[in-house]
Amino acid sequence: MNYIPTREEIIADHDNVVYERTCLLTDNPLSYCPGCGHGTAHRLIMEVVEEMNLQADTIGVAPVGCSVLAYDFMNIDMQQAAHGRAPAVATGIKRLMPDKFVFTYQGDGDLAAIGTGETLHACNRGENITIFFVNNGIYGMTGGQMAPTTLPNMKTATSPYGRDVETMGYPLKITELIAMLPGTYFVSRQSVHTPANVRKAKKAIEKAIQYQKLNKGLCFVEIVSNCNSGWKMTPEQSNKWMEENMFPYYPLGDIKVPKEK
Amino acid sequence: MKDIRLMKGNEAIAEGVIRAGCDGYFGYPITPQSEVLEYLMATKTKERTGMITLQAESEIASIHMVYGGAACGKRVMTSSSSPGISLMQEGISFMAGTELPCLLLNVVRGGPGLGTIQPSQSDYFQAVKGGGHGDYKMIVLAPASVQEMYDFAKLGFELAFKHRIQVMVLSDGAIGQMMEKVELDEQIQRLTDAEIKQKYPWATTGKTPDRERNIITSLDLNPVKQEIININLQKKFKHIEQTEVRFERIMCDDAEYLFVAYGSSARICQKAVLLGRERGIKVGLLRPITLFPYPSKELAKLAKQVKGMLSVEMSAGQMVEDVRLSVNGAVPVEHYGRLGGIMPAPDEVLNVLENKFIRLSVNTPRLCLGIKKIL
Repeated sequence: MNYIPTREEIIADHDNVVYERTCLLTDNPLSYCPGCGHGTAHRLIMEVVEEMNLQADTIGVAPVGCSVLAYDFMNIDMQQAAHGRAPAVATGIKRLMPDKFVFTYQGDGDLAAIGTGETLHACNRGENITIFFVNNGIYGMTGGQMAPTTLPNMKTATSPYGRDVETMGYPLKITELIAMLPGTYFVSRQSVHTPANVRKAKKAIEKAIQYQKLNKGLCFVEIVSNCNSGWKMTPEQSNKWMEENMFPYYPLGDIKVPKEK
Repeated sequence: MKDIRLMKGNEAIAEGVIRAGCDGYFGYPITPQSEVLEYLMATKTKERTGMITLQAESEIASIHMVYGGAACGKRVMTSSSSPGISLMQEGISFMAGTELPCLLLNVVRGGPGLGTIQPSQSDYFQAVKGGGHGDYKMIVLAPASVQEMYDFAKLGFELAFKHRIQVMVLSDGAIGQMMEKVELDEQIQRLTDAEIKQKYPWATTGKTPDRERNIITSLDLNPVKQEIININLQKKFKHIEQTEVRFERIMCDDAEYLFVAYGSSARICQKAVLLGRERGIKVGLLRPITLFPYPSKELAKLAKQVKGMLSVEMSAGQMVEDVRLSVNGAVPVEHYGRLGGIMPAPDEVLNVLENKFIRLSVNTPRLCLGIKKIL
């Protein structure tokens, strides 16, 4: 007689697992709002680090912003940098630990406003680091103020009548800007709001990590994301709004890819 | 055979950090200290010891590169002069909050603002009282010779790693630019990554299965925990106050009057002591070598012996506050300073000492001594 396992036994059997959370994410509850893309971005990076067996060789740099506590969720050695300074901190690490995989994880205010100088110069020096840039067009943690990437006419706490580009300037396409620099090697813009986009984003993250080993320059992956709390929408509305408004201004896809020999 | 060379102060400290086994220097040019970066680049540190030297895009970037390297347990440093050090205060405060060891050099020039490129001592408060935000102190070493510029590189790294603290060498344009002979010592080997991992278990060297992940952060959103972190920091500073005070006594044993001065001013006062002795005035000099921790106990002891103390600084009167706190009213304490990049002459400071304490004291009680001339 064949033994027929119970449903619980089937679930408990590790051979039957088709997907599980990477062990490089901790058990700490995520501090992000439900619906936010940060959690998915964290997971993808940690999945790739695990798949490439890089835990012992990875040093991450957390920014100031919503993801300031990234080190609470990523089970790797991490440093928390001052606002905008992550690329300088990562430069210090990578220059002294050239065999390590060094990355920063930064939001738009951190990377494209207060840290523009550090970002641009790390890119221009061709530092062999990887930058993950989550762009949601708003300052989430401080309560929804205008960011350098806030779209024209978009309402925020500090542009309550909409971003007036005449007086408040234009949304900064910093990713296109750094792609022009000879120091960058791979530059890509992705999103994580649908399963198809998650798969594409993971591929870009894999490349950005893989390419660091080549010491050919800085790898940069932007993830255009939603901020349903800051945008004052439901998660579903915010994803739709992102597709209709953010993507035309920040089109997805690879912006700079290494030339094949 | 001894290796003795004629060097500028800025070159001496650059050579000093290489020989002290420094792993990385990150800096930005500014007068009067650009020779540090120039010397390191010219001497090809990477080939000599493997030390990394990098010119950053700003002082802000420099200090945060130092942060990143220090958090990996590396011996790292930066150098600058007053306006650049002001820009670094954010990073210094972050390093205080994360207890990261590093060596900082401030070759002080006159301020405020862009000021002048001539020597000054007007950054005393910023260095000694914690120039950035939050409750913190750094160890501050004040070299008075080119030899000490060299020596304090090694001493600075030793103290920085012993206490996991930032050490600032507070020099000035005169000490940085002048040339003197320097006796060099043997090259100390840089630590290997394996040695760092073993010696500094807190460092971010990559999470291995044998330990929990290391996190370098100055953030704790729980105020109860943050208070404990701060209390422990204060305990460390207290401990440093009790164990790391350094000073030099020059002709203090029979002194009736005392100069208190550090750095360049101490060199000037040293000459003034000799001049004073020639004039029959029993004057001595106490030279603080550590400005934090301050030699308060030694000054309190000397206050029982001397009739007056003159704090000589190239500032409007900063260190004099610490002299007064140290003696706590036991003896009159006066200040003399020159500003804006002017250095006083030995007979100038001796005359001030005589005017403030001696000529008046023939007929008048101490109460009238404090006739304050501005400078």
